[in-house]
Amino acid sequence: MKIHEYQARNLFRKYGIPVPDAVVCHSVEEVEKNVPDDGKLKVVKAQVHAGGRGKAGGVKLARTKAEVVENARQILGMDIKGLTVEKVMVADAVNIEKEFYVGLVNDRNSKSVTLMASAEGGVEIEEVAKVSPEKIIKLAIDPLLGLMDFQARAVALQLFGEIMQALAAAAIIKKLYKLYIDTDASLAEINPLVLTPEKEVWAIDGKMNFDDNALFRQPEILKMREVSANEQKEIDANEKGLSYIKLDGNIGCMVNGAGLAMTTMDMIKLYGGEPANFLDIGGSSNPKKVIEAMEILLSDKNVTAVMINIFGGITRCDDVARGLIAALGQIKTEIPIVVRLSGTNAKEGLELLKSTGLPTVNTMREAAQKAIELSKKSKV
Amino acid sequence: MSILINKDTKLIVQGITGRDGGFHTMKMKEYGTSIVAGVSPGKGGREIDGIPIFNTVEQAVKETAANASVIFVPAPFAADAILEASCAGVGLVVTITEGVPVLDIIKVSPVAKRNGTKLIGPNCPGLITPGESLIGILPGNIFKKGNIGLISRSGTLTYEVVNMLTKNGLGQTTCVGIGGDPVAGLYFLELLEMFENDPDTDAVVLIGEIGGDAEEQAAKFIKEKMTKPVVAFIAGQTAPTGKRMGHAGAIISSGSGTAEEKIKALYQANVPVAKEPLEIPGLLKKKLGL
Repeated sequence: MKIHEYQARNLFRKYGIPVPDAVVCHSVEEVEKNVPDDGKLKVVKAQVHAGGRGKAGGVKLARTKAEVVENARQILGMDIKGLTVEKVMVADAVNIEKEFYVGLVNDRNSKSVTLMASAEGGVEIEEVAKVSPEKIIKLAIDPLLGLMDFQARAVALQLFGEIMQALAAAAIIKKLYKLYIDTDASLAEINPLVLTPEKEVWAIDGKMNFDDNALFRQPEILKMREVSANEQKEIDANEKGLSYIKLDGNIGCMVNGAGLAMTTMDMIKLYGGEPANFLDIGGSSNPKKVIEAMEILLSDKNVTAVMINIFGGITRCDDVARGLIAALGQIKTEIPIVVRLSGTNAKEGLELLKSTGLPTVNTMREAAQKAIELSKKSKV
Repeated sequence: MSILINKDTKLIVQGITGRDGGFHTMKMKEYGTSIVAGVSPGKGGREIDGIPIFNTVEQAVKETAANASVIFVPAPFAADAILEASCAGVGLVVTITEGVPVLDIIKVSPVAKRNGTKLIGPNCPGLITPGESLIGILPGNIFKKGNIGLISRSGTLTYEVVNMLTKNGLGQTTCVGIGGDPVAGLYFLELLEMFENDPDTDAVVLIGEIGGDAEEQAAKFIKEKMTKPVVAFIAGQTAPTGKRMGHAGAIISSGSGTAEEKIKALYQANVPVAKEPLEIPGLLKKKLGL
């Protein structure tokens, strides 16, 4: 789960990480009303769940209140990577002497939370990792001991080179780790962490993601969830035990199992089509689930053909076929559907499906080819 | 021979009285797995289909000399169940449960290591040594004893591939579903090494997917350390960036973890990568000179 920068900053502040004052506004009127006219240099920032906001023109400096209002007017409603900006954050700008990067992430290889730090702050860390990985300090944190004081000090000293500044930064890193563990985060970044000409250390921009698996025990984090229309569809599907992701193609697919669902998309592409979605219905043969899955699939108006791809393991294909027949009896659609059944009791399943008149096939390859062929016809 | 499990594996089922735990206990038993005990706190002393239930794993191990455990308990309690088994001296703990918090697994890992416990999963279908022992939710009927080892991050896709192997006369030594979570127990490197050292395994199928760089590491290991041929398949070539594709670990983040990078690394290690699952048996036969 992602949150906005201003929400991450609120969490930082709660944990004692110094962040400059800021106001969040949903409209130009709110900006006029709520942003203080105090003569301080301000920065107006789009609040969307996307990186590269600066490049997209979603971050602007303002010297006067009038400039703040004008910038907010430009940024609100702006489209950044397909997302509409509905909120801006207006924060006090800080004089910057030097910028750093500090981040925590769940690392697959070391099976630990890993601290990453770099003196190359203020730019995308992925870029630094690609171009000059030696400039990133990495430290795997022992999950049983946590981040120890001396470790935070050592990393901070490598970045800052001066012990008083390093101690201030180390305190921030420790607080970030505590926040990370307390909230079941999967990513926490301060980028940049800045040193001001007055030798103060501030967190200027924050980003946090959270482990979806842990949301059941993080009610306060869950409250911060904001979703786009597409994401809402994915969450609704999830609540029904389905895993759905919309793509841009026209061949809808419904599959049991995530790996097989990804492979089904790849097969459609391999044979010259474009998948419309990822959809994993799990291991059940329950007709209700199939109906719900079909409804989600067909709510995508780009879909011109559907490929149902089921491999029967413990779930038997004849049970799945009965589920499909019950479901298809209730769904009225002109869109052609190809069914592929394989595995346990596939023969019986395919026999049952004959009554539906739907084209049925044995292999994924045939199913992909057939679905593509039908999609072309159905367009005509 | 095989890896990890065989006919002498004595299994405990943690969460045996739950719906999934109960159902798959019957399936595993039907297959011939030696299930010696179930654990369900508060239900100790009972029996289910001749399997004695204990309140704690420690008691179960003491009474039955069990050496493996499979976990079906709900996600919020899964980490505790893993620790209980590990601290009772169980050597292999297989977690089927989906949705376990990542930080729980991160905490559990060093304890398991200290105790000498091998972990598989979470969010995995389990593993099987055909004809000897099945641990988890795999459909036993599609497997056949043979000389191919298989390691996979996926469930159904594994069944798809195994079904084709079996139909093409390519039986298996052991098949391991390592699970779809970002942080998990045994992974490609450890298992490739086990298959390399298993005298009955002649070739290995590796089924990877987008997310992380485990396939790239596997490629490096294969190139430097393995003498046995490996054939691979990578799912998710059409997956968009930044979206979890069902599995929590199947996500391309900021351009890293793509299928292209993995396929490239495998090719460089002289590992043929199937364009579609249907090609896997042919690629294996070619490598084995069949």
